[in-house]
Amino acid sequence: MSAAAVHSLWTTAATAAEPISKINAPKIEYGQLSPTLIVVGAAIVGVLIEAFVPRKSRYYAQVFVSAVALVAAFAAVVALAADGYGTTKAHIAAMGAIAVDGPSLFLQGTILLAGLVGLFTFAERRLDPAAHGNRVDSFAAQAASVPGSDSEKAAVKAGFTTTEVFPLLLFAVSGMLVFPSANDLLTLFVALEVFSLPLYLLCALARRKRLMSQEAAVKYFLLGAFASAFTLFGIALLYGYAGSVSYGTIARVVDGTVTNVDPALADTMGNDALLLVGGAMIVMGLLFKVGAVPFHMWTPDVYQGAPTPVTGFMAAATKVAAFGALLRLLYVVLPGLRWDWRPVMWAVAIVTMLGGAIVAITQTDIKRLLAYSSIAHAGFILAGVIATSKDGVSSVLFYLAAYSFVTIGAFAVVTLVRDAGGEATHLSKWAGLGRRSPLVAAVFAVFLLAFAGIPLTSGFAGKFAVFKAAAEGGAAPLVVIGVISSAVAAFFYIRVIVLMFFSEPRPEGPTVAVPSPLTMTAIGLGVVVTLVLGIAPQYFLDLASQAGVFVR
Amino acid sequence: MSFPLLTATAVLPAIGAIATAAVPAARRTAAKWLALTVSLATLALAITVLVRFDPDGGRYQLTESHAWIKDFGVRYELGVDGIAVALIALTALLIPFIILAGWHDADPLETGSRRWRPTQGFFALILGVEAMVIISFEATDVFLFYIFFEAMLIPMYFLIGGFGDRAHEHGEEAASTQRSYAAVKFLLYNLVGGLIMLAAVIGLYVVAGNFSLQEIAQARANGSLHMATSTERWLFLGFFFAFAVKAPLWPLHTWLPNAMQESTAPVAVLITAVVDKVGTFAMLRFCLQLFPEASKWATPVILVLALISIVYGALLAVGQRDIKRLVAYASISHFGFIIMGIFAMTSQGQSGATLYMVNHGISTAAWMLLAGFLISRRGSRLIADYGGVQKVAPVLAGTFLIGTLATLSLPGLAPFVSEFLVLVGTFTRYPAIGIIGTFGIVLAALYALVLYQRTMTGPVKPEVSAMPDLRARELVVVAPLIVLLVFLGVYPKPVTDIVNPAVKSTLSDVHKKDPKPEVEAVAK
Repeated sequence: MSAAAVHSLWTTAATAAEPISKINAPKIEYGQLSPTLIVVGAAIVGVLIEAFVPRKSRYYAQVFVSAVALVAAFAAVVALAADGYGTTKAHIAAMGAIAVDGPSLFLQGTILLAGLVGLFTFAERRLDPAAHGNRVDSFAAQAASVPGSDSEKAAVKAGFTTTEVFPLLLFAVSGMLVFPSANDLLTLFVALEVFSLPLYLLCALARRKRLMSQEAAVKYFLLGAFASAFTLFGIALLYGYAGSVSYGTIARVVDGTVTNVDPALADTMGNDALLLVGGAMIVMGLLFKVGAVPFHMWTPDVYQGAPTPVTGFMAAATKVAAFGALLRLLYVVLPGLRWDWRPVMWAVAIVTMLGGAIVAITQTDIKRLLAYSSIAHAGFILAGVIATSKDGVSSVLFYLAAYSFVTIGAFAVVTLVRDAGGEATHLSKWAGLGRRSPLVAAVFAVFLLAFAGIPLTSGFAGKFAVFKAAAEGGAAPLVVIGVISSAVAAFFYIRVIVLMFFSEPRPEGPTVAVPSPLTMTAIGLGVVVTLVLGIAPQYFLDLASQAGVFVR
Repeated sequence: MSFPLLTATAVLPAIGAIATAAVPAARRTAAKWLALTVSLATLALAITVLVRFDPDGGRYQLTESHAWIKDFGVRYELGVDGIAVALIALTALLIPFIILAGWHDADPLETGSRRWRPTQGFFALILGVEAMVIISFEATDVFLFYIFFEAMLIPMYFLIGGFGDRAHEHGEEAASTQRSYAAVKFLLYNLVGGLIMLAAVIGLYVVAGNFSLQEIAQARANGSLHMATSTERWLFLGFFFAFAVKAPLWPLHTWLPNAMQESTAPVAVLITAVVDKVGTFAMLRFCLQLFPEASKWATPVILVLALISIVYGALLAVGQRDIKRLVAYASISHFGFIIMGIFAMTSQGQSGATLYMVNHGISTAAWMLLAGFLISRRGSRLIADYGGVQKVAPVLAGTFLIGTLATLSLPGLAPFVSEFLVLVGTFTRYPAIGIIGTFGIVLAALYALVLYQRTMTGPVKPEVSAMPDLRARELVVVAPLIVLLVFLGVYPKPVTDIVNPAVKSTLSDVHKKDPKPEVEAVAK
């Protein structure tokens, strides 16, 4: 691919920053940052609600504020996109820190919708039997009380609920909104931490199986901290290499178009070792968040241990945000280095696709199974990332949007299937579900078929889009391996369908709880989006392809 | 704009499927009648297609074309040639018989949950398959075809895995395990085939930039689209693999005996007489037209595989103890003939192959459905459990004999014409292969007659002695099929007239002419 072809991936609307002689008041385009600002503001309001609103009304206040904030932020994204910020008016805002362009807006919209649907599942309070006359959600009564202790019992008896999850969700969403649009490495890192820390906490808050949930959170936190440290180290090295943390400047240094060397960095600037090691470390941090092999170890444990609504939200939105950041990093900062990173990403994509699909076969827990399936999907998306073309970007955007709705929907179904011990996640308990609750089983089958990429579902359209982009980008072998791992993956999705429909139901099997309209909306939306994107994807493909150009 | 006849033919059963599925649990019988009515209405539409189709007109007729997914270069393009018309008619013809034959197959044993509606599901799935099969025959856009070629697997999978024979020698538990094994095997084989084809479909897009069969074929013919030889071969293999799994061709056939053995007789007919035809049809329509050079390149290997299918399928059929497995292996042998006819690249061969698809559909339907009636009476699939049925149930035995004779291609019955054409067509170009293929007929006589002899003749077994003869519903299923077998055996012209022009243009795509008698054949 010629250099010109890669350069067509971004516009150069931004002007180089003026040299700073005195400290000016920063020029912040509040309007263009409004989606993030709305969500952050609502999160802070949420914290205040925790402090000042009586316990009984907190839940309603929190749900209301969060929902309004997410909807308003989504409206802001739509307004910005309608105003042309995704295409012609794309530019870099906030003194070079945030890019407002097509991919940003598309991914922000996706994250906000995923957040909204996630919020519905967070707010569900009809699934668990009421404790002492109080309706309860999926979260611990009081996170601070030791599992099994008297204080926990007291908290349950008093009807406490952890309504802090809603501001935590909003904080996580706000970080995710910034992550794919960050245009300098420090903003990237801050965004990474802002969305990771609330997620670590959320993972620890399960009402049932609390020890497992806390274990998951600790694992996630430790490994996540490692990944963050890697990222930060990589940022430092890249700064040493380029003398700047701004994406545009680093890219120009990589291209060799910047000649004025900062005297303080004369020894390191332009040292390719720093570039390669630093770039690799940042990419590693992002691949960790994406859940790509070999940085996937946390995924199954965390997905299994976290409260299922959190798992669903995390699986969808984190992936969207992290892939967005990865795309921007590879396409805006390191396009000049693509001959170095493409072979590495090839290898990562191959082991991720095959590894996720093969290991998933042996899983016996539905949440772990979906975790490995998400790893395999990360591999498919990577195939689109590797394409380094406009089609590659838009196919990844489309895939992410399609995937997040299927994922949240699937995990929402998992919350419905319950026995005395809470959610019945062991696969053997799902036997015969199709006989007992044909509708729920059919809906879950639709999600599984979408995961498997069967035609007429969004999964197929997405898979076709990324594989097509990869093939056009000259990665035909990758497509063949992708197709083979799809076949392997199909095996375990089908296995679950077999279990649900063709196995005899167990006498003491789980029951399907009747959810409130909240979860029903989440699941219903999942089904609708899955089918619409499968049968008539053209409008959304157009949207994704309009959004496929980065600003630099 | 004229009435979208082709779309209607496919959409009607699809709507019927949804409506049937929505019938309340208690109104089982209403669901059955609804499904039957829809299938008959579809047959009426298919006949309209048949009438409106002009064999001597353009290559693709009744075409429809709409934008669909612009980004993928995909259009909603339908059109039929003579081959497609014949197969659509076959499909629409067989479905009502399949529904009638399976009238009681999905009655629930005990009332489970109030929402559990197996009967409605069974008939809805059959109609769903019909819709997808019909649209696959109509699609002239490769992507559109691919979508339904793949999506078809899901309802088929539920039909195989969800509904089986009541009686099973090892009890219900074992039956259910084996059923789901067969269903999963069916799905995985076909899914792997389909996914490999997906890679080739994507490859085709990269090379050609769109999916329109006509555009690509035209661009290839006038040289504006050049494909490197190796590219063409890889793409051909990707497509052919999927079709060979579906057809099924040795050595990719092993899912078929399992699937046919475990499913109910009407579903087994649906698999072998309807769904599998999409595979052989697609070889004719897509492999030959899109990749003519690669098709010629692969012909020797494919012919040998087809030959192995013929002989191997027949040999294994001789050795079967299970009636349905026997029919399955017989079908594998027959599919060998069809594929041999297609790749012999002569007009007799390909006309014969198309005719074979139709005739095999009718004869297997008759044979298998009768076998199903037999099995449901005795509650066993094992040949050894039967004997002397013709003394107890003469009509059943008599009709079964006709089905048997049709399977072994007795002259005067429809399959003879097609088998003869295939063999002649093959012989003119590849005499050795034609001669070996003829042994398939001998073996067919062996397995078919031995089956008849062991089950129908001899002393009456005590378990069989109270066996009732064919009921009215069963007669309604069988009689028209037998009439058709005889009619097309004596007078195949209506079908060949429709098929021949299409075969000629397919052959011209591959730049093959029939070998001149004598001189050229010998020179080869």
